[in-house]
Amino acid sequence: MKLATRLLTGTALAVGLAGMAQAESHGEPVKAGFIYVGPVGDGGWTYEHNEGRLAVEEEFGDMVETVYQENVPEGADAERAITQMALSGADIIFTTSFGYMEPTVAVAEKFPDVVFEHATGYKTADNLAVYSARFYEGRAIQGHIAGNLTESNIIGYIASFPIPEVIRGINSAYLHAKKVNPDVEFKIIWAYTWFDPAKEADAAKALIEQGADVILQHTDSTAPQAAAQEAGNVYTFGQASDMAEYAPMPRVSSIIDNWAPYYIDRVKAVMDGTWESHSVWQGIGDGMVGIGEITDAVPADVKEEALALKDSIGAGEYHPFTGPINKQDGSVWLEEGETADDGTLLSMDFYVEGIEGEIPN
Amino acid sequence: MSLIRLEKRPAPSRLLSGLTPILAVIATMFAGGIMFAALGFSPFEAIRIIFWDPLFDPQFGPYSRPQLLVKAGPLILIATGLALGFRAGIWNIGAEGQYIMGAIVGAGAGLAFYPSESFLIFPFMVLAGAFGGWAWAMIPAILKTRFGTNEILVSLMLVYVAENILASVSSGLLRNPDGMGFPGSRNLRRDFPAASNTEIFADTGMHWGVVAAFIAVILAYVLMSRHKMGFSIRLAGEAPRAARFAGVSPARLIIFCLGTAGALAGLAGLFEVSGPAGQISIDFNTGYGFTAIIVAFLGRLHPVGILLAGLLMALTYIGGELAQLMLGMPAAAIQLFQGMLLFFLLAMDVFANYRVRIGTPEIAK
Repeated sequence: MKLATRLLTGTALAVGLAGMAQAESHGEPVKAGFIYVGPVGDGGWTYEHNEGRLAVEEEFGDMVETVYQENVPEGADAERAITQMALSGADIIFTTSFGYMEPTVAVAEKFPDVVFEHATGYKTADNLAVYSARFYEGRAIQGHIAGNLTESNIIGYIASFPIPEVIRGINSAYLHAKKVNPDVEFKIIWAYTWFDPAKEADAAKALIEQGADVILQHTDSTAPQAAAQEAGNVYTFGQASDMAEYAPMPRVSSIIDNWAPYYIDRVKAVMDGTWESHSVWQGIGDGMVGIGEITDAVPADVKEEALALKDSIGAGEYHPFTGPINKQDGSVWLEEGETADDGTLLSMDFYVEGIEGEIPN
Repeated sequence: MSLIRLEKRPAPSRLLSGLTPILAVIATMFAGGIMFAALGFSPFEAIRIIFWDPLFDPQFGPYSRPQLLVKAGPLILIATGLALGFRAGIWNIGAEGQYIMGAIVGAGAGLAFYPSESFLIFPFMVLAGAFGGWAWAMIPAILKTRFGTNEILVSLMLVYVAENILASVSSGLLRNPDGMGFPGSRNLRRDFPAASNTEIFADTGMHWGVVAAFIAVILAYVLMSRHKMGFSIRLAGEAPRAARFAGVSPARLIIFCLGTAGALAGLAGLFEVSGPAGQISIDFNTGYGFTAIIVAFLGRLHPVGILLAGLLMALTYIGGELAQLMLGMPAAAIQLFQGMLLFFLLAMDVFANYRVRIGTPEIAK
């Protein structure tokens, strides 16, 4: 009974809004909303999504209006933020963090005439698409450079949360570091945050104390770069954003998330009325994953190899997870020449052979 | 000798104690308005969006009004419990941890029976949630009564322990087996109706946690004004030595105050995880346990004051979100605005406790 009432009111709300949305489509600009997990000035993840938003504004000018809300906690508050954005007349809403998945699904049900795009999740609906980037492709190049640069043979890794995306990154970086330097060892610290400069700096310092002379990070602030600069002779890589202010040392290269082409494409689809739900996973080849300039702190031959690796991944000639690869427990994962399928990659919950320690759970 | 002096009143002015929250809100509007203007936003529009639109805007009001209850419910529930201890001079700073543990134990108790449809599951979860928060608060309580440890430090440190337990169960024990390896439990609200805390009346925001908050306010009021325990609490806070002579047992008081606050915080966590949040996840907690400390003081540690303070706090949150959305105001400006509110409240308190004297002091004859 109660459920039926709820459904009815939900539908009534939706119908009312549908009317609103249609009324607006006559010559009104398309309104694109963005929900951010961090501040737009984080210099990393949220910064790049916001760059994507600005690119949309630049591309379409008066034909588009964008709104955003930053620092939105994942959970109940996110559902309210997304709902309010939909109520304010947004036609397309990008929710840019994994933790927004359930709230986005819930709001998408209530607003069938607004389209939603959720980053890095896996739940889709008729008006809810998901998109993500194959960051592990960039990690392969990072691993290659890191394996060459390290002299202590200890590479530190600041991991955020034990989710498949992060685990994939660790595995990809490790495999390619190991390939050029069989003695390499990974020390991994789980920070349990995407953005917390104090925690990230602590993690970086702890890794440096443990002998790491290259630090990879899957968190979004530049605090590890600052810690490495202070320590001296420690190499780092920009994460999510170029972090070029720390080049040429300690930042020797970076993985850049380039959301702009995708956002422009999807907003265009809404304008043209051709938007359809999908689940995409784009990499270096599509331009969603960029590799920041490799500085002169990296020997020329290593740089050349890294760029060649990037080109072959971009062209689809080489897959970073190509067998033979064993799992951490020694069992065979991929046979010689076999490449990983997306399903396994998307739900990856194991380390590859050679990585010490356990994935926390 | 200075011309303006502060002279302590023999007792805080009752009139001013009641008025200061209102004066603080007005002062915040002024100072905040200046800040908004400095940032290039229209101060009148910003203040209107923060304080008026969530309630009365035809576009957002129908959605925002119920959301006020959703946001205020846990704040009021937690603050009511905390205020009991604060009145007695028992400083439980760890409500955030008790809130987390209530959610974990409560959600765990429900998930153990997935996918049962028994109507007993939700009441059982409520008990388990209260127990989780209570048990977590008993750690600082027993350490204090047995070993004299400082409850401020112990309860605060246990927040970080609870956060790590939360991260652990999200990606281990309570992880959704159908979740593709991602952390986070099953969604109680969407996938497990028997364990979900739904709205009692559709689209009112009135879920069981809000009901529990109102009941807690009433019970706390009765306790403080009519019950011997309330008298002991007040006596212990205002005159500890007299309380000792009157036979008030400090240990009993500590166990009672921390236990009640813990149980209420645990309940808040359970109602949140089974309702608005829907699932146990790594970032499930969003600081209600800490914000509730502000709410408790904003409400003058009085149950009815806390009720109003919780609603006001919720209004600034939701209005602040709207201001971000409608004006493109940065989140930090809103946080500053909320900080001003607390600052002015504390500043205004000076006038309730002290008299402003102009001129040289009179000499007592």
